[in-house]
Amino acid sequence: MLEVHSLSKTFGGLKAVEDVDLRVGEGEIVSLIGPNGAGKTTLFAMISGFLGPDRGSVLYLGRELAGQRPHQICQWGVVRTFQVVQPFANLSVRENIAVGAHTRIRARSEAMERAGVIARQLGMGAMLDQPAGALTVAGRKRLELARALATEPRLLLLDEVMAGLTPTEVAEVVELVRDIRASGITIFLIEHVMQAVMSLSDRTYVLNQGRLIAEGTPAEIAVTPEVIEAYLGHGAAARFAVQRGGHA
Amino acid sequence: MSDRARVIGWAILATLLLALPLYVTSGRWIDFIELTLFVAVMGQGWNILGGYGGQYSFGHALFFGTAAYLQALLQFRYGLSPWIAMWFALAGSILVASFVGYLSFRYGLRGSYFALITLAFAEAFHVLARSFISITEGGRGVQLALNQDPERAVATFQFNFADDFLKAYGFYYTMVAIMALAYAATWWMERSRFGAQLVAVRENEDAAQALGIDAFRVKMGAICLSAAIMALAGIYYVQKFLFIDPGIAYGPSKSVEALFAPIIGGLGTVLGPLVGALFIQGVGEIAKEFIGMFWQDRPGVDLILFGIVLVLVLGFLPRGLVGLIEDAWRRLVPRAGGDA
Repeated sequence: MLEVHSLSKTFGGLKAVEDVDLRVGEGEIVSLIGPNGAGKTTLFAMISGFLGPDRGSVLYLGRELAGQRPHQICQWGVVRTFQVVQPFANLSVRENIAVGAHTRIRARSEAMERAGVIARQLGMGAMLDQPAGALTVAGRKRLELARALATEPRLLLLDEVMAGLTPTEVAEVVELVRDIRASGITIFLIEHVMQAVMSLSDRTYVLNQGRLIAEGTPAEIAVTPEVIEAYLGHGAAARFAVQRGGHA
Repeated sequence: MSDRARVIGWAILATLLLALPLYVTSGRWIDFIELTLFVAVMGQGWNILGGYGGQYSFGHALFFGTAAYLQALLQFRYGLSPWIAMWFALAGSILVASFVGYLSFRYGLRGSYFALITLAFAEAFHVLARSFISITEGGRGVQLALNQDPERAVATFQFNFADDFLKAYGFYYTMVAIMALAYAATWWMERSRFGAQLVAVRENEDAAQALGIDAFRVKMGAICLSAAIMALAGIYYVQKFLFIDPGIAYGPSKSVEALFAPIIGGLGTVLGPLVGALFIQGVGEIAKEFIGMFWQDRPGVDLILFGIVLVLVLGFLPRGLVGLIEDAWRRLVPRAGGDA
């Protein structure tokens, strides 16, 4: 469904994303992990049209997304959420979601109704008339998700929707993401909460300093030496191997 | 307030305005209300772009003045009927708005940069109107010929020599009609997808774009609608006073009047500009009377007062007088909070 070919972006002298190739198949949940500053959000920004890549292409259902503007990409069915939540703070929860619904629905009353339906699906029914600015962190993260879903996407890009949530809230969102996939939406997510990554992903890509260093199922990734080094520092994988050997 | 309560409120207001000549006979009062509505219309024009769209313009006189000059010059130079000239005036104003909008929004100018761009354009047109004497008559201004034939009062859109009713109330009702148009357009906008998208762009442009909104197009739509309403005010002005000069058309006073009313009344609300205009005109008149009583006439004192009020409103009433009224209403009728 989504094919990224040798995508690159440089900021000044910093190679934020370098020659990244990846693929997300229809109906999959694919995750993208990596240490802070690895270039994950930059990659998402290029897929969703917020940043133009220096090189490479982003093919979605055969269409080139690189160089398109964000609203166009959203209308084609690819929508992103923001790592730093971006609510329309002075609008109610219902109005926030309705903005997303308007992407497909012209009539105001219908969009507002649809917003109510989506909010209830995500367990936000009680908050419909609250201003978005008054929501808790968990509420805002959920609102990001609700607004994105309201645009009726086929591919959902989730940028750390679980960061800052309590373990209970994380478990709830994990369930929600599963439900969303079950409804036929493909999911590509950036996440730091490993518990979620491990339980959700069909496949995982690991990005470090702008380059992909590993790809595979979560279980495979967890034992890849390059990944352990990226997270824990140079030589860590070797030290672990020695320790394991010593205890055996 | 529920939608029904609002509709009833607007119906009462419309009736009051339409029936005004029945219970207000003093010409001075009619003039006062007409002028208030004039300010309320310009305020609504500004409110669409500034209040709903969050794009604060400091040069809305640009759209008022362009329409006014076209309306005046097309009659003055080519003898066009005012009823035809007004369409060119409207179109010209929208054209200028698209140009300024394109330049600003294409290159992502926001906040104070947008304010400065609009201010600069208004000033540039001010200078142009002064210096292209062969076209605009320069600083002398354009004076339209007075029609003295009662038969042609409507054809010339001049009511000075019309029958008694038109002479007394012709421009008052013209203003009421313009206001009805401007406020109905805003009312419609608030309940449309366009309005929802415009507010979303104001609140957070990145999020709006991520959700499929073409922020550029939405802002272009807003600046054009905004300019069209300013243009109506400009057309009215020329027909009423049969005169326009660079200072009136493009000077800062119209720009400031246009933004005072909605900011004091309540940004991004349909009623805000009207409430603000009433406040400004009312307080302005009272202030002038009082100050005149004690220290004789001091022109500009009312402006100092407005400056103070503006700072107070920005500091303590971010939702303006309309917000204040709504809060009071909620406190009086606790149940009303539920269906607001």
